[in-house]
Amino acid sequence: MLDKQGIAKRIAKEIKDGYYVNLGIGIPTLVANYIPETMDVVLQSENGLLGMGPFPFEGEEDPDLINAGKQTITMLPGSATFDSAMSFGMIRARKVNLTILGAMEVSENGDIANWKIPGKMVKGMGGAMDLVASAENIIVAMQHVNKAGESKLLPNCTLPLTGVHCVKKIVTELGVFDVLPQGGFKLLERAPGVSVEEIINATAGKLLVEGEIPEILI
Amino acid sequence: MNKVVSGADEAIRDIEDGMTLMLGGFGMCGLPENCIAALVKKGVKQLTCISNNAGVDDFGIGLMLKQRQVKKMISSYVGENAEFERQLLSGELEVDLIPQGTLATRCMAAGYGMPAIFTPAGVGTEVAIGKEVRNFNGKDYLMEMAFDADFAIVKAWKGDTMGNLIYKSTARNFNPVMAMAGKITIAEVEELVEPGELDPDHIHTPGIYVHRIFKGVNYEKRIEQRTVRKKE
Repeated sequence: MLDKQGIAKRIAKEIKDGYYVNLGIGIPTLVANYIPETMDVVLQSENGLLGMGPFPFEGEEDPDLINAGKQTITMLPGSATFDSAMSFGMIRARKVNLTILGAMEVSENGDIANWKIPGKMVKGMGGAMDLVASAENIIVAMQHVNKAGESKLLPNCTLPLTGVHCVKKIVTELGVFDVLPQGGFKLLERAPGVSVEEIINATAGKLLVEGEIPEILI
Repeated sequence: MNKVVSGADEAIRDIEDGMTLMLGGFGMCGLPENCIAALVKKGVKQLTCISNNAGVDDFGIGLMLKQRQVKKMISSYVGENAEFERQLLSGELEVDLIPQGTLATRCMAAGYGMPAIFTPAGVGTEVAIGKEVRNFNGKDYLMEMAFDADFAIVKAWKGDTMGNLIYKSTARNFNPVMAMAGKITIAEVEELVEPGELDPDHIHTPGIYVHRIFKGVNYEKRIEQRTVRKKE
């Protein structure tokens, strides 16, 4: 089984040289730690920055320089700042190559729910709806089952949707899955020590398992 | 073309009960702190506030919420504010949650003189309810209307007396698009200079969009999530 760092490490392998990438809050933020230094990758923060760097050293925090999670950050050489309309303009125009975000539920046709639980205080969708509606390639990082032990990979989402037909790939603590264009999850890799049967049992949506399923290499 | 006013109190003098205000900033970053303090002091009520966030309990728009000055918030994310939550659950406060890119682009549309925009954000979700859907090149888009705000209140890093503005780092965020969108735009700046001192090629907001400008004082610039790494 993968821990959060493991999920982040595996997702980092999806990033290609020359990519502009938007990382969501939570596990996706950890992905930045595993991008090979040999790769030319630029991180976009949707509050208005390309070229996000690591957290600042203690005492060097700049309140005017934060990421979309409101954390203090730094800028790398070659960074650019811009306003919020341009930020979502470049997202809408598909200039950002890859979006990685968390989810509460994903359906077998690629719908995603990650912003609202009825009956609980709603904080808002932030930029998630814009990102999922426009991104060319969306990878979801999440736990396979919720706290009640119920599958988060479903035939249909039960929570209010963030976007429809948009998720392309999912990485959980149990495995890596493609969301097929015709609908259904396809098991690509399983986490170390996890059997195909365990994954089948933890997946409520249609799951396609073809041939031998390799272990995730991280 | 001298747009200078004496300070926040004069800048907001004609903001009245029931008006719609845009307030720049993202989280605690790039907030018009002086004008928010002046609005709290003036005590105007029944305001509709368009702002990405609603502040925290003791900072930003949270200060106005505490005084029950806000009737309606139009935002994309409103977490981290207990008083906000209380007023929302008790029905004292209306909230319209809209996608962040839609929020920014509805401001932009107002500043560009366009009545509406089309965006895919929210298609197939509850955000789409009651909105016109148009299909372009095989993809569905929602029609979203330009905002109509009585005042836009923004914070910039530097400005000149003609209202030309330059923002710093990610404190830019919603400020430039809101500056363009208000019927009357108020800018508070950290440094106020004479015309000619700012390089025309570096100006983010041309002064034509700005009606009143003043040098702000005592910026707190609170940090919401202080994250650091240790020196090795």
